[in-house]
Amino acid sequence: MKTFFFHLMPYADLDLSYTERHNSAWVTLPNSYFDRAVGQKLYARYIGELELADQLGFDGICVNEHHQTAYGLMPAPNLIAAALARSTKQAKIAILGRALPLVSNPVAVAEEFAMLDQMSGGRIITGFVRGIGTEYFASGVNPTYSHARYYEAHELILRAWTEVGPFRYHGRHYQFDYVNLWPRPLQQPHPPVWIPSQGSSETVEWCASAQRKYTYLQTFSPVKSAKKAFDLYRQVAEREGYESQPSQLGWAIPTYVAETDEIARRELKPHIEAFFNKFLHYPLEMRMPPGYSSIASTKSLIESKFAFRMMEMTAENLIELGMVVAGSAATVRERLAAYARDLGVGNLIAMLQIATLPAELTEKNLRLFAKDVMPYLREEGARTPRRVAEPATP
Amino acid sequence: MREATIEVAGTKLGYREAGAGATVLFLHGAAGASWDPLLDQLSGGYRVLAPEHPGFGRGQIPDWMMSVGDVAFFYLDLMQALQLRDVHLVGHGLGGWIAAEIAVRNTGALASLALLAPAGVETREAMFDDIFAWTVEEFARRQFHDAKLAQEWQRQQAELDIDIGLQNRTALARLGWNPRMHNPQLPYWLHRIDVPTLLMWGEDDQVVPFGCHVPFKREIRRAELVALPRSGHALPIERANEVGTRLDAFFRGAKG
Repeated sequence: MKTFFFHLMPYADLDLSYTERHNSAWVTLPNSYFDRAVGQKLYARYIGELELADQLGFDGICVNEHHQTAYGLMPAPNLIAAALARSTKQAKIAILGRALPLVSNPVAVAEEFAMLDQMSGGRIITGFVRGIGTEYFASGVNPTYSHARYYEAHELILRAWTEVGPFRYHGRHYQFDYVNLWPRPLQQPHPPVWIPSQGSSETVEWCASAQRKYTYLQTFSPVKSAKKAFDLYRQVAEREGYESQPSQLGWAIPTYVAETDEIARRELKPHIEAFFNKFLHYPLEMRMPPGYSSIASTKSLIESKFAFRMMEMTAENLIELGMVVAGSAATVRERLAAYARDLGVGNLIAMLQIATLPAELTEKNLRLFAKDVMPYLREEGARTPRRVAEPATP
Repeated sequence: MREATIEVAGTKLGYREAGAGATVLFLHGAAGASWDPLLDQLSGGYRVLAPEHPGFGRGQIPDWMMSVGDVAFFYLDLMQALQLRDVHLVGHGLGGWIAAEIAVRNTGALASLALLAPAGVETREAMFDDIFAWTVEEFARRQFHDAKLAQEWQRQQAELDIDIGLQNRTALARLGWNPRMHNPQLPYWLHRIDVPTLLMWGEDDQVVPFGCHVPFKREIRRAELVALPRSGHALPIERANEVGTRLDAFFRGAKG
């Protein structure tokens, strides 16, 4: 199994009592909560943590895009990726991802990724997402066009990377008379594409189709949902006439390693609870703007997931649900190895800095993980048995 | 009141109809189609046609529907298909916006235009709050001046099929997400409206601020403004009697 360090770059100094006056850490939380000097320190610290992961031998480091939120300070993840392209040496740099429907010019996304691919010596992994519901409030993009713009932008970017230009692209949402990329990306036929999602079956099927075979990344969800999505991926692959590999699946999960199980749970508790209860905090109207998902998915989200997301999470029930892995190195590697086997997943996207987790604990987590967990997982990956597609669960 | 469906230029449309006489075409607001007390009252003296906008209710958003301007062309097609003449076109909120977009395009079939707190035009001094950020409770509270009516409306909404509520919001977003519930180009063309026009607005409107009447009043030559004190946005429910009476007098005056 390959291991990646995923950083959200949260505003770690967030005054958590904001919830007494505001109902969201996204879009409407006044930026008077953002201290300029703290911001400067956090960027320096976080880029340093990503660089440390490269030095410690992680297979990759990951950044992502969110707007107008304390949850993550990377509205332009390619800027961070550009800094890392110069300061890191061996790790893959995964941008998970750019929110395609939000941009008015997908060709610019293709260009930026091509530049990053060149600058990093072919080390980038690109990610395409729709952005969560709040981004449509932040960007003004009409959420009823979210899917259509996503597919159109994706098609345009892939063509820009792979076709000889100039060519003409006249879509419903994007029109260009000249698409002719300078530079072309370094990796051939194009940089890898990973698709992070929370398990929508439409997304899983789209990734798994034989013409794409994109790596599907399940993010921050109970282990049961992850398994369901991965099983679906394998079934689709089989239906499409090929055998999916563990490398086509990834799982993003907050992970914390300390000297003992007891210390790990104690140290992590306030930070993981802040992550789910304070940083992932928004009203339903903002999370689900109209037209962002189909009526059926919106309904099921309102009925199931939301009840679950909106409840006050504790570190204990998060660990129980398999949404977090925390413990001694032995506990963590056994748990993750078991997941690798049971889920047939070949990429672990470990979020090792979590919400308010301070610098010292983050560094300790990174070092312990790299020394006592990562080597074991790498071997474990090599031994991962080939997974066979399972029958659909009703 | 009867309910029926017609097909216009390939798009199916549900509508409600009651009464006889000169035609009143009523275009509903953001909350969706409903047979409000105002329509009951008007159907005493007029043939009231109240369609449900394309993409609302049980409909799917048609491929062609990308803006309120598209919906305006659709309703011009509808009036032609039904051979409507001398229509008293009435629109509330979103429906008022659509009505204005119809009238700037073609007033040939119209006898008059009545805009009840229309969306569509915003001023720097009176900007809309974000309707898409509101909970149902807040939407209810903002529509009504009378808190009891707001509670009653909210209770009725809770009884509606959730699918319809979600579809209505989706269709509304298609038309009014960006720019939020207005068309910056519309004020430039309001001068084209050449039929008698009545603007009615609640002075306490918390959905489409009263101040937004200014460009309508200024640009439409034959516009008359009726400001309703102690009134919110839901004029067809909360001020049905008063609005109905005023409309009746206005229609009579506009007749020839």
